[in-house]
Amino acid sequence: MDIFLQQIINGLVLGSMYALIALGYTMVYGIINLINFAHGEVMMVGALTSWTIIGLMQESMPGTPGYLILIIALVIACIVAASLNFVIEKVAYRPLRNSPKLAPLITAIGMSILLQTLAMIIWKPNYKSYPTLLPSTPFNIGGAVITPTQVMILGFTAVSLAVLMWLVNYTKLGRAMRATAENPRVAGLMGVKPDVVISATFIIGAVLAAIAGVMYASNYGTAQHAMGFLPGLKAFTAAVFGGIGNLGGAVVGAILLGLIESIGAGYIGELTGGVLGSHYSDIFAFIVLIIVLTLRPSGLLGERVADRA
Amino acid sequence: MKQQQKIVAFLIASVGLLILPLILQQFGNAWVRIADMALLYVLLSLGLNIVVGYAGLLDLGYVAFFAIGAYMFGLMASPHLTDTFPMIAAMFPNGMHTPLWLVLPLAAGLAGVFGILLGAPTLRLRGDYLAIVTLGFGEIIRVFLNNLDHPVNITNGPKGVSQIDSLHFFGLDLGKKLAVGGFELASVSLYYYLFLILVIFSIIICHRLELSRVGRAWMAIREDEIAAKAMGINTRNLKLLAFGMGATFGGVSGAMFAAFQGFISPESFSLMESVMIVAMVVLGGVGHLPGVILGAVLLSALPEVLRYVAGPLQAITGGRLDASILRQLLIALAMISIMLMRPRGLWPSPEHGKSLQNVKN
Repeated sequence: MDIFLQQIINGLVLGSMYALIALGYTMVYGIINLINFAHGEVMMVGALTSWTIIGLMQESMPGTPGYLILIIALVIACIVAASLNFVIEKVAYRPLRNSPKLAPLITAIGMSILLQTLAMIIWKPNYKSYPTLLPSTPFNIGGAVITPTQVMILGFTAVSLAVLMWLVNYTKLGRAMRATAENPRVAGLMGVKPDVVISATFIIGAVLAAIAGVMYASNYGTAQHAMGFLPGLKAFTAAVFGGIGNLGGAVVGAILLGLIESIGAGYIGELTGGVLGSHYSDIFAFIVLIIVLTLRPSGLLGERVADRA
Repeated sequence: MKQQQKIVAFLIASVGLLILPLILQQFGNAWVRIADMALLYVLLSLGLNIVVGYAGLLDLGYVAFFAIGAYMFGLMASPHLTDTFPMIAAMFPNGMHTPLWLVLPLAAGLAGVFGILLGAPTLRLRGDYLAIVTLGFGEIIRVFLNNLDHPVNITNGPKGVSQIDSLHFFGLDLGKKLAVGGFELASVSLYYYLFLILVIFSIIICHRLELSRVGRAWMAIREDEIAAKAMGINTRNLKLLAFGMGATFGGVSGAMFAAFQGFISPESFSLMESVMIVAMVVLGGVGHLPGVILGAVLLSALPEVLRYVAGPLQAITGGRLDASILRQLLIALAMISIMLMRPRGLWPSPEHGKSLQNVKN
């Protein structure tokens, strides 16, 4: 039983990190119908930036409490990632807004490779150990353990989600975003500036991704230039899983994906008598995705869009 | 006059293609290998073009079919299976050397079956949902190849399958040099000619498909699925056919790749590879054969050529930049800038019958 609880905790932590990234994918998709392949790389840049800041601060100001360093690094990482995503959208996606749909997809892939390469040049390709800034004594909950870092991840995710929901549902910008997602042309006629809204979307997505990046790096204790790829892929899967373009769906999809992955990885060995190992954890996500999409072609919470010409 | 010019251009091109390996051979076999790989990528892109270009189904897991073809050939023509399973070793006392004529249709067929298997559950999905499912399929195949070394060692896991036979047919072994009247043709050059024949054959198939009833039906589905359905097109069967046909091309090129390299491992079939093939098709001009070929040649040969160019550049930057990093940087920049300058690809198909383009949305 405690193993089960442990896997649930791990799954929730993993899922909440996916959720933060998935929201960026789903928001961008909802507004400009683009799979932003470079999103995972934005998360990576966030993580590596925070790593640099933490290193600098630990050196120049020894004695500063860990949580303070982490928060400062997080804020700077968010700013860097947000400006980066703003520039990416302006340079690589905006000129192609009225082009065939595959064109921005290719620039997005190009951007992803470019960012990884630049990160490799700036930060060198080795794995960096990410310092543990919070106390490492874990809490005990009914036989399962949870580290302060994991508690922080859950907390940060909850707060970020609450802020995002407020932003999207109760502010002027949020209304403009929803309107643009619904129909950019009509939104434009009503006085919404689509360019501003799209930029804002990319900035918000980048902030969430940077938070996820810092959380991911602190949870696993490493950071590297290729770290954004797999979580990015999983998060995108989660977004599709929940119904792409739907914010709530992205969160539900991500949490479910995290749970499926950790519980699946924890039990597959036992269930199959050791035939299949936890190496297969990476494909549970995809198998579940294929099954779900076969039954519900527009995702768990996706609206059923009627076919129209 | 115009017809004559066309014939002259055609003749020059064909002579050029025929003597290309002979010239490249003088500079070393590495250059011929680049040409060989470029041809293989042309083959893959032609296959993917059927799915993405004609039928308009975005497939991000195409490399899975390439992998299936490669492993099919690799397992049937290498000592791996006989080494691991005594039972199979007893069945093939001389070692497993399945002839090409048997493996090739098998590889093509198996890949085609997998193509239809992938196509079947995804028929109801549209656009990007399809993209993610195909991507997932590609990853599933790769993870299986990576992990099927236990409990039963089928794929030899991340270590890959080695000592794969080279191709031989009609008493000709492509793995050895061939001396023709005092002139030596290296093994890589022989592969070049084989791949060239395959590519030309595929181009003819694709071209005929494009003009056929099936091709026109695919394009109708691409432009507007509902309208196509209303016109009496069986969209389900045709989409499955597109997946199957595309996968067959992937399977054949995979088998060729395994024989050519003599070694395969799951690493060669990563998601990045799928993405690069999609990039080749889109960069060249989706749905347009000359464009697709151009895109494939450019994106596959460019990085290799850059490997040689990057050296001097590396010296300029004081050795700070690794040649491979520089290469990746240039590819990424090329992808972005080409798309920004020519959003419809380098050599897009001429537009006709699309007067309603601006009324979308």
